[in-house]
Amino acid sequence: MPNPDTLTISSVAQGPLVEARGLSHVRDGRTVMAIGDWQLEPGRHALLLGPSGSGKSTFINIVTGLLTPSHGSISVAGEPMSALPPAGRDALRRRTIGLVFQTLRLIPALSVAGNLALAQKLATGRVDEAEIARLIDRVGLSHRAQARPRQLSQGEGQRAAIARALVTRPRLLVADEPTSALDDANAEKMIGLMFETAEATGATLLVATHDGRIAHRFANRLDLKVPEAVAA
Amino acid sequence: MIGLSLAYLKDRALNTALNVLLLALGVASLVILLLFSSQLENRFDRDAQGVDMVVGAKGSPLQLILSSVYHVDIPTGNVPLETVELLRRQMGVAEAIPLALGDSFRSFRIVGTEPAYPALMGATLAEGRMFETPMEAVIGAEVAARTGAGLGQRFVGGHGMGGGEEGPKHEEQPFIVVGLLKPTGTVIDRLILTRIESVWAVHGIEAPHKEHHEGESEAEHAAHHHEGESAAEHEAHASPAEVTAVLVRFGSPIAAVRLPGFINRQTNLQSAVPAVEVSRLLALVGVGLDAVRAFAVLLMITAGLSIFVALLTALKEREGDMAMLRVIGASRAAIIGQVASEGLILATAGAALGLLLGHAVIGLAAASIEQLHQLGLSATRFHPGEAWIVLAALAIGLIAALIPALRVLQSDIADTLANAR
Repeated sequence: MPNPDTLTISSVAQGPLVEARGLSHVRDGRTVMAIGDWQLEPGRHALLLGPSGSGKSTFINIVTGLLTPSHGSISVAGEPMSALPPAGRDALRRRTIGLVFQTLRLIPALSVAGNLALAQKLATGRVDEAEIARLIDRVGLSHRAQARPRQLSQGEGQRAAIARALVTRPRLLVADEPTSALDDANAEKMIGLMFETAEATGATLLVATHDGRIAHRFANRLDLKVPEAVAA
Repeated sequence: MIGLSLAYLKDRALNTALNVLLLALGVASLVILLLFSSQLENRFDRDAQGVDMVVGAKGSPLQLILSSVYHVDIPTGNVPLETVELLRRQMGVAEAIPLALGDSFRSFRIVGTEPAYPALMGATLAEGRMFETPMEAVIGAEVAARTGAGLGQRFVGGHGMGGGEEGPKHEEQPFIVVGLLKPTGTVIDRLILTRIESVWAVHGIEAPHKEHHEGESEAEHAAHHHEGESAAEHEAHASPAEVTAVLVRFGSPIAAVRLPGFINRQTNLQSAVPAVEVSRLLALVGVGLDAVRAFAVLLMITAGLSIFVALLTALKEREGDMAMLRVIGASRAAIIGQVASEGLILATAGAALGLLLGHAVIGLAAASIEQLHQLGLSATRFHPGEAWIVLAALAIGLIAALIPALRVLQSDIADTLANAR
């Protein structure tokens, strides 16, 4: 049963959600990432697979507007992320992207529910308690809603981080190494949860990892190599 | 964002509480000093209003001013009643008001004077009328409140200046209260005013227009020296046709130049100017106050540094959090605002607690130390300078927060996240 939100977003979306053109990045005279042309269509969850140093994090920082690429351009939801001024990038990121990091990046002074409320307030200017409760329930943390991040297990923390990333109803959910620190069973559960929640909220996944265990879940894969190897 | 600041402060509650306390102690010290010195000076100024010069017996000029203007010390002695007339005849003298001291009732001084004295001090009647005949008394607001005396109340004065135990009572000569004064916030609130002749009458001295009683000899007068009173107190006792001091108000500035020298050349008289003596006294006290003030400023700067160190350490640990906040949509301004509000909340709490503490200490001191109460120290009066102390505390909190916040914002978000990942 498709979520009505998914239908709305799909019908509004025109063209690719992420579009890279001639994209590469040079740092200290060394190419650290070279992707060239690449597109992510809405709903086609993508995996960015590659070893350390292949530029996964650099690509994610460029997609999310935290870094300006040295060559080429990138668009998100039809807007030229790499060409926008910093405030414009912040706004575009706020509107369209949710981020999940490998290590817990929840605010330790706030409860799980508080973290979600803050993210929602920052992105939309309002707090929807019912939506927060629904999302917390969806990631299976209803009983931990008032717990502080330091009281959560790693798996619980990761689930809370996913809920936090989705609470703004982003069209693109970017996850950097979401499963590397987890054992097989938990990694499988985590990626299952990401698919399930992304589909429920209408988000498209872009997961960067060197963790081959989850590769089979993605039909849409972009394999990255260490740039020097490409050049050679 | 304020909610987030509160959450962070609550998250390290002990650290927060200690910093608030440290700042509060600095603010409280400054507030106490400010209230104490300003209320003291204010009191000195108000009590001496309209009194340009005091003439009394030779001795310490400061003692003369303290005893006759502020009613806190024993007088230097007595001067002949003719001094009043002598002063009134001088050019440039607008008013010369005699005071006769020596007795008290329940540690409130009985002052023999003229209705011009309460008028000079700006005191007006709340009830009843001004004293007219001997043994009629008008009492100050605090005398009324503390003794419960009302109109028609009779009481007997005791020998002494109200500093400690009252001396022998003058049972045969009771006073009657005919008027109550409105509160003035000056020393007159604590005085019992009566005609100068009452003080003479209590001590068996006739008013000057009548001759001495045939029967009263010098020996009899000497016998009047009550047991337990000091020599100075006895001296202060108005002896026949004597007064303790004369308060003088000048009508022209020439008098201020000419009169003090003229008075001091008279064998038994000395003049003292309240403004001069008070500034001499305050200069002495002032050195001590300045030292304590410097210490309080140091305390406040220490508190500022402590907040600075606490926030610097906390923000260093929170670099990743702040980068994350930026990623999920917080603007630079919002991050600075959040950290600044943390510093400001600390400073506001410290300043508020400091004000409360400062006023509480003043109130407690006034309640438990009689002399401070008599000086009119009040916990409920605010001084405009307190606003500056609060502003300084807020500025310290803000600066202590902004420096680390700006440092953090200068770093690159992607780098910070990469390092924190």
